[in-house]
Amino acid sequence: MSDVTTDTVQLPAAASGASAPRYADAVRYAAPWIAVAVAFAVLPMIFSSGSALTTLSLMGIMIVFALSYNMLLGETGLLSFGHAVYYGLGGFLAIHAMNTVIHDHLPLPLFLIPLVGAFSGLLFGIIFGSVSTRRAGVAFAMISLGLGELVASSSLILRGFFGGEEGVSTNRTKLLHVFGLNFGPQIQVYYLIAFWCLVCMIAMFAIRRTPFGRMCNAVRENAERAQFVGYNPQVVRFMAFALAGLFAGVAGALAAINFELVNSSMVGAEPSGLVLLAAFVGGIGNFIGPVIGAIIVTWLEVTLSDMTDIWQLYFGLLFIGVVMFAPNGIAGLLMMHVPLWRARAYRPLSRLVLTYLIALVPALATLAGLIAVIEMIYHRSVKASDGATISLFHVTLDTTSVVPWIAAIVLLIGGFLLFRRTWPVVGAAWHDAIMYAQGAGKKK
Amino acid sequence: MLELVTISTLNGVLYGMLLFLMASGLTLIFSMMGVLNFAHASFYMLGAFFGFQISQFVGFWPAFFIAPVLVGGIGALVERYGLRRVHKHGPVAELLFTFGLAFVIVEIVQMIWGKGPADYRVPPSLNFSAFTAFSTNYPAYKMFELLTAIAIFAVLLMLLTRTRIGLIIQASLTHPHMVAMLGHNVPRIFMLVFGVGTGLAAVAGVIAGPALVTQSNMAGSLGPILFVVVVVGGLGSLFGAFLASLLIGLVQTFAVSVNLSIADVLQPLGVAAPSGGALFDIWNVTVAQIAPIIPYLLLVLILIFRPTGLMGTREQ
Repeated sequence: MSDVTTDTVQLPAAASGASAPRYADAVRYAAPWIAVAVAFAVLPMIFSSGSALTTLSLMGIMIVFALSYNMLLGETGLLSFGHAVYYGLGGFLAIHAMNTVIHDHLPLPLFLIPLVGAFSGLLFGIIFGSVSTRRAGVAFAMISLGLGELVASSSLILRGFFGGEEGVSTNRTKLLHVFGLNFGPQIQVYYLIAFWCLVCMIAMFAIRRTPFGRMCNAVRENAERAQFVGYNPQVVRFMAFALAGLFAGVAGALAAINFELVNSSMVGAEPSGLVLLAAFVGGIGNFIGPVIGAIIVTWLEVTLSDMTDIWQLYFGLLFIGVVMFAPNGIAGLLMMHVPLWRARAYRPLSRLVLTYLIALVPALATLAGLIAVIEMIYHRSVKASDGATISLFHVTLDTTSVVPWIAAIVLLIGGFLLFRRTWPVVGAAWHDAIMYAQGAGKKK
Repeated sequence: MLELVTISTLNGVLYGMLLFLMASGLTLIFSMMGVLNFAHASFYMLGAFFGFQISQFVGFWPAFFIAPVLVGGIGALVERYGLRRVHKHGPVAELLFTFGLAFVIVEIVQMIWGKGPADYRVPPSLNFSAFTAFSTNYPAYKMFELLTAIAIFAVLLMLLTRTRIGLIIQASLTHPHMVAMLGHNVPRIFMLVFGVGTGLAAVAGVIAGPALVTQSNMAGSLGPILFVVVVVGGLGSLFGAFLASLLIGLVQTFAVSVNLSIADVLQPLGVAAPSGGALFDIWNVTVAQIAPIIPYLLLVLILIFRPTGLMGTREQ
């Protein structure tokens, strides 16, 4: 609730700005977006390898998808287990549109295909949203799950549209070429994704700041009170749902362009779970949270799946850890420190960071022990035929001898016990910093 | 025809009773915490794998009793050290916790037993045909499953309505503060109910494992159906869950045996089939093929026309 009030107080100040501050305001609002645009433009020059470019493209897609999901969960308080329906259907309609354009030689450049995704996402958002947004809470979550399963199961039956097991493929270079761009090389696709990602980010940020965005927050906090103010919570939820569908459709179309292939797994439970994970791990309370989450989850997905077969277990453990210990996600943890920074409490802040580093050592030891135990169990139970040894962090472990097991368990339990002993130190440093910041605030 | 109806009814009731074994625990847990346990089907899967593993060592019958107790114990621990901690962050966090838990359990099962099916077989002592109806041999193991499910249902009903502990549980579902003031340890009752609920799911797993396939995707394929059952029955209503379990069990079993499509119905009436496209697919799909999506269609229809479910009273 406090978040809503502080923001609404800021709004009139920004809106009522007279002629002189208006220019300054415009710069203040535009500056972060210009920075993001520059970052998007420069990133492929720093990470120029083929695989890095692919990863960056995937991150761009995931950012749009996770932000669209956050319009539901973070902004409106609707927990959806079937958001991939709009992502996947956006992808399918986009790829069918591309094939039609190629087949009929229509004058539509590839660049505008995400609009097809947006339209189909919106369309299905309206259709399914009218059914599911009548209720909030657990009932909504169950309907979204049911609708997700319904579409996922139908995708295996309606082979004409969904292409059966192998899916629908296309060739993005066969569309109309504008400015000599054929979108064959990944770098061109990356810039296409980056452009649409930026557009969607700005659009979603802008929607957040409209009165409609505020009503979404109000419905999330207390639907009954929102109703007393004169807004129908069902309508607000429905609009938020349809808009979230729109942006998910854009993400789906971008994915279709990127992979040139769409299959029925795209509407299934897996992307629905992944987007929930990305948004929540990043933090649903902040606009920046899902962006962080999308970047981290995509990076982990790409790197972890290369390293270990059971990477999804680590995802699940990370998710449970965030749910239990940091319900506001990574962005929430970072944002906790903003008041300290604002109060110029640099000295206690640096001491706090020092205690974090001290706590990090046993935490990493615990993590290493946990990973070693998990990997050795996995190797012993499933992959025993591949030989007795595994290589972990450049160390070769013999899973049949007792020594690595004892070492891993000592790391796990000993690290954890040490980690717990660092907590009072961190807590004390945090307390000092907060006290200092409050004292500084009073002096002003 | 009569043969088909009889056998399908038997199978449908059996499937429905298995669903109810899980749905009953899920419903009790929901009434208690206001949270649908996303991981409930994962405990069913754990039950099947524990049953498989323990029966490798000591045979089926001891496993039949040990596995549910172990899984119930794990469930109780999850409630004590997981859910209870998350509770202060609100119901969405609790739902997400169980969602993550379901994810992790599937991965752990894959980590230990692999992705392929486990060789979990019907015990030899039950591997004969119980009776022959219309030239079909009905396996004794299925009768055993059915009787077990019915017996547990009866015991549960007696326990909840006729005993002191049942009264306390019922009271703490609706008036937890009053029960706490009367000197009962309500958190411990919740832990007990969670443990028993997951244990019941494990019983379903132990007895369904040999009949169906014991595999790491069994939770993923059954979980959503289970939610359909509790939502269609009405969240928090045990009797509704019972009706919905039987309904979905019967509907799905019968649908699989009906090989009829729109084309079969309309062709004799002189309606021409569409030449291609999405409509062509819809035209030729048989009822048996859409059997997997019928529960979800039912869910959507129920939520449109009767949002509280068949027997539900709880409006949020």
